Amino acid sequence: MTGAAAATQSAAPSQQRQRRERPSTLALILNNRLAAVGLGILAVVVLAALAAPILPLADPDATDPANRLAPLFSAGHLLGTDALGRDMLSRLIWGTRVSLLVGFSASLIAAFFGSAIGLVAGYAGGRADQVLMRLIDLMMAFPYILLALAIVAILGPGLINALYAIAIVNVPFFARNIRGITVGLARREFVDAARLSGKGPLRILWSDIMPNVLPTIVITLSTTVGWMILETAGLSFLGLGAQPPQADLGSMLGDGRKVMFTAPTISLVPGLMIFLIVVSINLIGDGIRDALDPRLRSGALARPSFRTRMAKDRRRPQEEPIPADTSGGGHPGADRAGWNNEDHRDEAPILAVRDLRTDFHMGSEIYHATGGVDLVIRPGECLGLVGESGSGKSVTAMSIMGLVPSPPGVIAGGRIGFKGEDLAEASDRRIRQLRGGAVSHVFQDPLATLHPLFCVGDQIVEAIRAHQPLSRRDAETKARELLDLVRIPNAAQRMKALPHELSGGLRQRVSIAMALANDPELIIADEPTTALDVTVQAEVLRLLDELRRERNTAVLFITHDFGVVSEIADRVAVMYAGRIVETGRTEEILTQPAHPYTRMLIDCVPVMGEPERRLDAVPGRPPAVNRLPPGCAFADRCPRVEADCRTGEIPLEDKRGSLQARCLHPLSPGEALSGGATSKGSQGGKPHRPEPRYPGAHAQGTSP
Amino acid sequence: MSAAAPLIEIRELARTFGGGRTIFGTKKPQLTAVRGVSIDLVQGETLGIVGESGCGKSTLARMLVGLDRPTSGEIRLSGEDLSASGTKALARRVQYVFQDPVSSLNPRQTIREILEAPMRHLLGLGRAEREARLAKLIDDVNLRPEFLERYPHEFSGGQAQRIGIARALAAEPDVVVLDEPVSALDVSVQAQVLNLLDRLKRERGLTYVFISHDLAVVESVATRVAVMYFGAVVEEALARAMFRAPLHPYTKLLIDSAPVPNRKRERLAGDTGELPDPYDPPPGCPFAARCPRVEADCREAMPPLEAKERGEGHRAACFYPLAA
Amino acid sequence: MTATIAKRLLAAIPVLFGLSVVVFGMIALIPGDPATAILGSYATPENVARLNAALGLDKSLPQQYLAWMSGVVTGDFGRSYALNRPIIDIVLERFSATLLLAGASLLLATLFGLLAGIVSAVRQFGLADKAITLVVLIGISVPSFWLGLLLILFFAVKIRLFPASGMVAIYGGGGPLDILHHLVLPAITLALVATGVIARLTRTAMLEVLRQDYIRTARAKGLTERRVIYRHAFMAALVSVIPVIGIQAGFVLGGAVYVETVFQWPGIGAMLVDAISQRDILLVQGGVLVVAASYVLFNLLADVCQTLLDPRLK
Repeated sequence: MTGAAAATQSAAPSQQRQRRERPSTLALILNNRLAAVGLGILAVVVLAALAAPILPLADPDATDPANRLAPLFSAGHLLGTDALGRDMLSRLIWGTRVSLLVGFSASLIAAFFGSAIGLVAGYAGGRADQVLMRLIDLMMAFPYILLALAIVAILGPGLINALYAIAIVNVPFFARNIRGITVGLARREFVDAARLSGKGPLRILWSDIMPNVLPTIVITLSTTVGWMILETAGLSFLGLGAQPPQADLGSMLGDGRKVMFTAPTISLVPGLMIFLIVVSINLIGDGIRDALDPRLRSGALARPSFRTRMAKDRRRPQEEPIPADTSGGGHPGADRAGWNNEDHRDEAPILAVRDLRTDFHMGSEIYHATGGVDLVIRPGECLGLVGESGSGKSVTAMSIMGLVPSPPGVIAGGRIGFKGEDLAEASDRRIRQLRGGAVSHVFQDPLATLHPLFCVGDQIVEAIRAHQPLSRRDAETKARELLDLVRIPNAAQRMKALPHELSGGLRQRVSIAMALANDPELIIADEPTTALDVTVQAEVLRLLDELRRERNTAVLFITHDFGVVSEIADRVAVMYAGRIVETGRTEEILTQPAHPYTRMLIDCVPVMGEPERRLDAVPGRPPAVNRLPPGCAFADRCPRVEADCRTGEIPLEDKRGSLQARCLHPLSPGEALSGGATSKGSQGGKPHRPEPRYPGAHAQGTSP
Repeated sequence: MSAAAPLIEIRELARTFGGGRTIFGTKKPQLTAVRGVSIDLVQGETLGIVGESGCGKSTLARMLVGLDRPTSGEIRLSGEDLSASGTKALARRVQYVFQDPVSSLNPRQTIREILEAPMRHLLGLGRAEREARLAKLIDDVNLRPEFLERYPHEFSGGQAQRIGIARALAAEPDVVVLDEPVSALDVSVQAQVLNLLDRLKRERGLTYVFISHDLAVVESVATRVAVMYFGAVVEEALARAMFRAPLHPYTKLLIDSAPVPNRKRERLAGDTGELPDPYDPPPGCPFAARCPRVEADCREAMPPLEAKERGEGHRAACFYPLAA
Repeated sequence: MTATIAKRLLAAIPVLFGLSVVVFGMIALIPGDPATAILGSYATPENVARLNAALGLDKSLPQQYLAWMSGVVTGDFGRSYALNRPIIDIVLERFSATLLLAGASLLLATLFGLLAGIVSAVRQFGLADKAITLVVLIGISVPSFWLGLLLILFFAVKIRLFPASGMVAIYGGGGPLDILHHLVLPAITLALVATGVIARLTRTAMLEVLRQDYIRTARAKGLTERRVIYRHAFMAALVSVIPVIGIQAGFVLGGAVYVETVFQWPGIGAMLVDAISQRDILLVQGGVLVVAASYVLFNLLADVCQTLLDPRLK
């Protein structure tokens, strides 16, 4: 272990601790400025209401007809007096006390019974669920307040009856919400795991499901408390809640209405108080929801924009002009040996990416998803981009046409040369023209990537007509031909099929047909067969391979599978921690790679027909891309590591044959790795390091 | 191996979903996920179960550990029929490792709570005994003792899967059903887990049922393999024998379809990969529509799973099996 | 498609049945002697005897229900003793006013809610989004009975733009324009909450949809951003917004109670409040039944719309 490694390791634990601990919920709520404001207002109101008995207030029920309808700020009556001469300030504070008490009690009752019903129905399922939910549906069949009115009609007007009525009508709301969550949880694998651990249903409900439902109950409660306070006040306003002399805010407002035109403040002040209470509670509720909802917490609900954001001060490679008409590659070493394939060597590249840097800004952290990627693809050539999840292969592919979601993605530098044009500099209009036109995409999961509500024919027609001035009828004919081309049986009928009505294989053929609609020069295929079954994958791969050869279309094919790569790619580029670590002709990479990572990645996968081969696991894990070590990112896991691997920039250089590798101590042909690290110590003894996490990893969908 | 008495005997096991009638008397659609599977599991072997999505392999696995109850058929464990006794009876001896390691761990429980549960509820162990076993267990799966106090979100996929394996082993089972245990993991991590599984099996004398869609993985771990298609086993044999020369055309298609580095494949075969409608299954061989060797009688009756000319250990459900 | 709609219609029957049982049960649940409680101050011995006979209180509950139900089906809801009129007449008269008010409010709420939600989502974190978020927050927090008073004080009393109360002008009113004039303030008051809720959920649904893979596909096809948002994203978002509109219809129908009271709109909500205060239970029963049944039918409509939009639900 070298000194540098030891240093990173000793520094690591403190970082981990800092990163592992999630900020507390309260801290998150307080961080939310609006929620903090709400909390402040509510705290003042609640304190005043609690302190009502000890505050120097007049008797709220003491009438003083001589002093009726005193205006605001009159002596002894800060908020004036009402129609019976009662002190408004005192009544307001005492009324607030009543309103808060009734509102919160109703909420708690509704939350308790509603959640209980939801939990039981959701977990028990079957008959119990059916019966309970039909009853809940029945309650929801009544317009909300109408049901409360009916209940009050039966029980008779009164504050407690109003409380019951509001609690009862809110039970379905909790029951439905909680049931939904519980049903989802009950199907989760950890509940199965609990059953396999010998736990009984009640214990599972209590110890496994309940803790996971609790945040939802809190969210639901916090977003409904305000509403319930409003509704109880409303019933009192109608004269169906608090009965004189008892007063809550609603009944004060109702009383004040009678003298609205002469003394408007008498009704406006209690109304304002209700409004303040409800606004503050809603602000807090939103804060709680944002803090507890994991999706909102990670900022995932941000809207991805039309195109990935370009950093204003982005790094532009200052080398030779973009190779468009010259036969040279974008890279100095390119035309010597590296980027060639016999068929394509002399042609100008279609795509020449230089020093592409895409960052993800997550809070205060910047993840360098790609840290300077160089790629060249020539007409008719298929480049396989291989890497593990988090290596940046999908981000590279999606950056080309600006399809990395922003926020959080930002293109921080580089040049995306497409036939002599720098796409990083191109206008949005030009990008839209190229998307689906000269450059098309095929994505991973065809069920998620086709629009669920439109039939597949329409989706292809739409793609055609976005780029060609065809009538609808002509475009439909063309779409049908495309479906025939990708060998979909009964193409005419399938035009009207919705994506969910097709099998996975057929859906992916539709995606391919859509990608071919406007005779693209480059297809970017992001794990297009990963979600498919093997036999289907085989057919789709063959189809894609035949079509691209027939039409001389260039393909950038992203995958994690060397087997798939060898079937379709002419050249391979291997990515690790956001950079290309090795590239070269497919057979050469597969049989005698120069980079130890490539060798290890090939060796750790079982291969058909070689069951006896020992699988050498790659020890450890990739570094987090927001804290890349200096030197080689693979150094910590590499059996050939030397001291010089951990310093300075290691360039991607020509090694032998067609191979270029980012390695100071490359393997010679046929050389095996010694000291393949499958030992126990290196697996378990490595310091725990969080995996690089950024939305790109999710977009790839590599962890189902 | 064939001489030993089987540890688990599965007989005519079937599972149907849906069915019954609505209140208006119309039939509800019915889907048969597993249709009459019979297979033995011998002490100490690794039985690989291979098939594509929708073949019923996961339903079969869930029935084996009691997470799902069979509609008909038997699961005999050491001669005792446990198919209807539910999870707890089976869980003492048969445990399960899930495909998705992260979602199989309760996000709000520490690793200690997760691993202690089987020891408490299945083995009834006291605190001191549990403590000793936990230490051994966590060491066995190459994790460090301080991980016990952490929560699942702090672990990578590979580590989480090792915790999942530890949870399965905490009940000291005889058989572990592994449902796609490595397919959610990155390739460089897969080997770590596969090697760990191999070592644990040797050290603890376990018997594995290894379910996967990945033929290469199954070939490298399994001693015997059963191929499933459309809810039924279509071929069963010792692993080497099957991969060398399959009998069933579907098995051959699967083997030929697996992507292998440095193997270029032949031209398009025109197979669409379409399965029959599971709500309206064909009377004959469900593979007939895709089969290059199909004859008229294939479409009329389902061929039985039986030994062909390669001896008792190699069975196939095909009227026209492939030659060696 | 017809089969799907028929299926939904059939599914509404048990709901309507359950509804009628609940509404019928109101009488049985009243503590004490129902006839005396219903009649209250009108409880002369002969009235009690007549009502007892009308309700069939000497028979078993199922028989009572059947008798009551056969009356309901033929439009006989009994008689209001407080107003001394057949209930069905009062309810239908009042309900048409409520339908006008609630319908106008729901229309406003849907229109502005969807619009605000889309703008808010498309300009996420922008100025328009922040402004809309603020208005929405106020909208869902403000008590409508208080807002109504504010609007009356400003628009009716201060600048005298709209009338303060009623549905028609006392002298020479009744024309469509006159009714529209009276409708403006109550409709806005009633619409505000529903607008806020619809806007909020539309925004969330749009944001949810916009990060789906198929939106990336639409962009990768080179579609214009307008088409991506208004066709691909909005259609998908609408599927989850439609049931919300259905639920909001219930809130609008219920919330009409406050607004009708504040603006003295002669609708069924104001009628119910009066009837409850006067313990005119039979009138409450009839009113609740009609409003609830029409709400069920409306939700059925929303359901069918959703199915038409999203064929996966079939």
